Amino acid sequence: MKSEGSARKNLVVDNTISAVEHLCRNLLDEAVEKGFGDDDIFAIHLAIEEALVNAVKHGNANAPDKKVKVGYTIGADKFNISITDEGSGFEPESLPDPRCGDNIYKCSGRGVLLMRAYMDEVEYNEAGNSVRMVKYKGKVKDKT
Amino acid sequence: MDQSNPKICVDYKPNAIIASLTYRKILEASDIQALEDTIMPLIEQNNGLNLIINFATVEFLSSAVLGLLIRVSKRTIEADGTLKLCEINPRIFEVFKITGLNRVFDIYDDQDYALQSLDR
Repeated sequence: MKSEGSARKNLVVDNTISAVEHLCRNLLDEAVEKGFGDDDIFAIHLAIEEALVNAVKHGNANAPDKKVKVGYTIGADKFNISITDEGSGFEPESLPDPRCGDNIYKCSGRGVLLMRAYMDEVEYNEAGNSVRMVKYKGKVKDKT
Repeated sequence: MDQSNPKICVDYKPNAIIASLTYRKILEASDIQALEDTIMPLIEQNNGLNLIINFATVEFLSSAVLGLLIRVSKRTIEADGTLKLCEINPRIFEVFKITGLNRVFDIYDDQDYALQSLDR
């Protein structure tokens, strides 16, 4: 069956938790309308929540004058989103594994792990201030 | 039952305190702060507390909640108490497995089993 095309939407949101959570709810509503099931919605919710909060808190350092840029398409068979902050970026590969040693007792640092576990594709740009994630509808992934 | 925070229901048993979360989704910083503001005083006011947190109604949580649970766990241990989690739904439990936290926390399918484990 041919995939239904979807126009890419681009948004700029305020750098606040409430703004990104409002966006998150709208994105999930659209995904539900497009027929994504409960497991997919849980996965997308968790991953975009983590990515958006990372953009606000870490990328943009909670600065009220900064923005978070979001581009997305929600098609019949996949959810595709990119989230970009105005920060200088980071090296995702340098993040300590939160499951190892004493890291497991730390109170933070699990967001990227969860993004990679729940989305089918997670890719950062070279600067590390933009992440692209894809979830294919109905695809079951071994997350552990 | 203590209903001072409508989002968490505190039940005092002879050998434990059960904190039942009434949220479906634990997302916002204010929700997490409200939980912390309710749970931490319970630990501090009851040395040697056996605390059971019931997740039966929770359908979604962010990683910040995991951080809160670690803080609660550390404080409980410091106060010579124990922390048990119970009735975590399969999707949420998978989050614990992915992060390795299923090995850190004492997790039970059922509140009664969690209570019974205190008698062993």
